Amino acid sequence: MRKRNQRLIVIAVALGLLSLAAGLTLFGLRGNVQYFQSPSEIDAKARAGQMVRLGGLVEAGSIARDDAGALIFSVTDGAASKSVRYEGDPPDLFREGQGVVAIGRYQPGAVFEADQILARHDETYMPREAKEALERSGLWKGPQS
Amino acid sequence: MITVFANPDRFMALSRYLTPILAAAAAALFAWGLPQALVTSPPDYQMGETVRIMYVHVPAAWWALGLYAAMGMASFVSLVWRHVLADVAARAMAPVGAVLAALCLITGSLWGRPTWGTWWEWDARLTSMLVLFITYIGYLALWAAIEDAQRAARLAAILCLVGLINLPIIRFSVDWWYTLHQPASVLRLGGSAIDPAMLSPLLIMAGAFACAAASITLLGMRSLIHRRQALAAELRLARSAP
Repeated sequence: MRKRNQRLIVIAVALGLLSLAAGLTLFGLRGNVQYFQSPSEIDAKARAGQMVRLGGLVEAGSIARDDAGALIFSVTDGAASKSVRYEGDPPDLFREGQGVVAIGRYQPGAVFEADQILARHDETYMPREAKEALERSGLWKGPQS
Repeated sequence: MITVFANPDRFMALSRYLTPILAAAAAALFAWGLPQALVTSPPDYQMGETVRIMYVHVPAAWWALGLYAAMGMASFVSLVWRHVLADVAARAMAPVGAVLAALCLITGSLWGRPTWGTWWEWDARLTSMLVLFITYIGYLALWAAIEDAQRAARLAAILCLVGLINLPIIRFSVDWWYTLHQPASVLRLGGSAIDPAMLSPLLIMAGAFACAAASITLLGMRSLIHRRQALAAELRLARSAP
């Protein structure tokens, strides 16, 4: 009985310490675990020439093609937005109001030249009819398609 | 209460019936859920038919985490109370959980390509899930590497408890950090963000996966106990021989 209690205490203390260590590690890593950076923070955080991922929503009405045929759009996080240029075709889910991650080398001030575009999608799943019904009733808050 | 369930004889008597019952329940739930998931449920307004991967991906992910949590509990019981059945339970759950974690990663990759535009990205959710899979494999490797069953059980239990730290990281990675993976759809504040027409096949499939995983785990536990009994009988024979 006594030995069992001893084991219980040892394991509880070890798990507590381990959780603390893991918590501190995660706290120390918090900036580096971010998969992408938002338009508000990228100018402060990224160095020129550094490979970065710029993430946010595709700003409504910003999608266009320039003279060379490259895709131009803005990534926004609500507070700031940044222009992105990408030569090539984006993934199927790329559309206005939708989450997007642009990967490329950061150059301060200039338009962000992306080498790769990834689409994000949100946690909402519904059939097309349900979305159309929401749009008709004016309750739709998601991306335009 | 623990001592009631920890009796191997009682476990064998109970699991003898429970194993086929759970297998039959899994078969029935798959027969009910699969046609809905793969054919009759509506396509998603954004992803179209690709959304059907969800009905395998999400249950696999849930039970890969669920089984690991159960393994953690069994390992804890094994370390504190030294019950053979707890070791057997944890050891039998590991391969099932490993397969589910692999299934989650593979279906996720197949789903990521058409939706996100990439097979794999090192974001926090994908990486922590890969760590879970590797932990399962490491746990099984540890059992295989140590000959003495008691020593193997103790070390594997410690490894399992250490790996528990990863579960909240997987669960909350999408909330703590910016990730490519979207946040939780079902278990979230404000209720499910999945349309009822898609949620019900998902829950049926989750039930089917749960019954199948439980049945296979019980089968594994039974065979591990049979093996222990055979080894013990062999030892007795060897000792009684002149």
